[in-house]
Amino acid sequence: MLLKLSLDKTGGLFTEMARDRTLYLPVKRGGQADFAPWTPEAEVCLDYLNTARSIKDFFLPQTENIAAFKREGKKITITPTHEEPSPFVVFGARACDVRSLDVLDRVFLSDPVDTFYKAQRENGVIVSMACAEPEETCFCNAFGIDAAEPRGDVVTWIAGNFLYWEAKTPAGEALTGKLETLMSEADSSDLKEIEEQGKAARAAFKELPLGKLSLEGWSGDDLLGKFTSPLWEKMSKSCLGCGTCTYVCPTCQCYDIQDFDTGHGIARFRCWDSCMYSDFTLMAHGNPRKSQLERFRQRFMHKLVYYPANNDGMYSCVGCGRCVAKCPISMNIAKVIKALGGNANA
Amino acid sequence: MPAVKEIQEKMRARAGELLRDGGVSMALGWKRGEFCHDPEPAFFESEAELDNFVYDGFSSPLLSKYLIETIRKDKQKGEGKGSKFLVFLKPCDSYGLNLLLKEHRVERERVYAVGVGCPGMLDVDKIRAAGVKNMRSFDETETEVTIHASSGDKTLARRDILLEKCLVCKGPEFAVQDEVLAPGLPSFEGGDRFAGVTELESMSPEERFSFWRNELSRCIRCNACRNACPVCSCNKCVFDNPQSGVQAKSNADSFEENMFHIVRAFHVAGRCSDCGECSRVCPQKIPLHLLNRKFIKDINAFYGAFQAGADAEARAPLTNYEFGDVEPGAVVKRGGGA
Repeated sequence: MLLKLSLDKTGGLFTEMARDRTLYLPVKRGGQADFAPWTPEAEVCLDYLNTARSIKDFFLPQTENIAAFKREGKKITITPTHEEPSPFVVFGARACDVRSLDVLDRVFLSDPVDTFYKAQRENGVIVSMACAEPEETCFCNAFGIDAAEPRGDVVTWIAGNFLYWEAKTPAGEALTGKLETLMSEADSSDLKEIEEQGKAARAAFKELPLGKLSLEGWSGDDLLGKFTSPLWEKMSKSCLGCGTCTYVCPTCQCYDIQDFDTGHGIARFRCWDSCMYSDFTLMAHGNPRKSQLERFRQRFMHKLVYYPANNDGMYSCVGCGRCVAKCPISMNIAKVIKALGGNANA
Repeated sequence: MPAVKEIQEKMRARAGELLRDGGVSMALGWKRGEFCHDPEPAFFESEAELDNFVYDGFSSPLLSKYLIETIRKDKQKGEGKGSKFLVFLKPCDSYGLNLLLKEHRVERERVYAVGVGCPGMLDVDKIRAAGVKNMRSFDETETEVTIHASSGDKTLARRDILLEKCLVCKGPEFAVQDEVLAPGLPSFEGGDRFAGVTELESMSPEERFSFWRNELSRCIRCNACRNACPVCSCNKCVFDNPQSGVQAKSNADSFEENMFHIVRAFHVAGRCSDCGECSRVCPQKIPLHLLNRKFIKDINAFYGAFQAGADAEARAPLTNYEFGDVEPGAVVKRGGGA
């Protein structure tokens, strides 16, 4: 059932949602939008399409403490320090970010299951929001994502002066049950408005600079041909080797487990890692990828060849465009797709 | 004073000449990207490749640091020994090259430095904030930028959409160059570049601490600031080195995390040319330049005005010793060190 709520009443909706759980939503921080816990004072910005960081943060946080080690004499005490999971809602996730969870699920929920990730997934309710228009750097349509009709436990749309709300899963229904009194039922004219808006949005995506990006030639059949392409050398030359693209990416999922010497013990933690870094997958003999060329190639081969080869052809890029917007030197996956792909992008 | 497009054509022609018969084996410049506002640093090895050459208000990434890898790789190859590399330098980047020369990271005889006038680089985010959606193309002069976008045409005052670093430009002079193309593009009369620092100094220590804790809490440890910095040129950064004991991709403790920026600011103190790249590249918009500018302001106050990178020879205040040097007691006099 499609429900609706006047936009000037969203404060009440947020208050209610945050009553028994943490509500994360796009908030203005440092001049841009990022997901942050809702407070009555928070500067909520629902007009931002892309947050600087993705919703990956809530399922695979940048840092999570795992255990503390303490030695007294010959005795070592190990105490689990991972935070107990608690229920939360992510409000305002865009279609690209929602799709990114499919990518992460295939990594962390397949055997051996990552229990930390699983607990976060079980505790999180995703309230997605349709895009009424694209950001300049968007290309989710290249991956078959419909930005006007995202997935999620609940899907919302903003059209005119209303927020529209539709539960899609049992978890979404349960959340909606607590909020129903705040909203009224939408009618067929509302539905029509949403549909019209969606149509316009889809057309606008196609008109973007990356709107006609084609994955032709990235079928995964030609793994060796891609790997040995001379183009990698040229493309990787300007790469600074920073981790911006990997850390703003909603699907980059590599992590490291490290020990921090607290001076009186050890804090073991898990943190994001980046294949762009010289100490990534460091082994006794060193990093298997010694040059930036190899590291650069790894990132894109993983997204466009290795991952789809192991996951029924699903690419591990969702076209959110964050790397496009944030790379210090404007190198990005779209350029790689075009340069090494088929003729469709010529 | 030539328009920016004319400068671009001059540069393209000059790069072509030098590649053809000027003893230069590669030209470091920028090439066109996917949008009208994302030129990428590029390495041109032949005249034909120069078709994509671009120099405009968005050619903000600095190029001097690429010389380290370029020369290193050339040496590895063993062939082409002694070949020169052309690099186009905006005035701010010429200070970067001088620092690389001074610290023996780049050999002067391997570089052919062509200085190019700069009209001040533009900030896409500021343009978007002015209501522009989906930029398609633009025309620019030294004072105005007209943007053609799906949201319509819009003319903006250049000053209003400059990158922060360009608002406090050091000026149109080149600290090092072999030749200058299109000199005299006026830099904008820089405002008080220490205004932000003065504001921080006027805070109480508690306020200042919480300001930085809040700003640095957004850091994602992507290392973009470090990797873009012309003076962060260590072969192996301590933060990347598992043997250093302080290696960290991220940390169990958020203050340890903040230490990365504090350590980096100390390491570039007296060497930072204030090119502002750290703040430009930060994906989380942390005003990192304020840390470096605090050091610059203090160095100026204690040792007299000093500009890192102004020359490749003289000793910098922090690597020199004179009898009149400030004593550690200065800290206490300023109310610190309790």
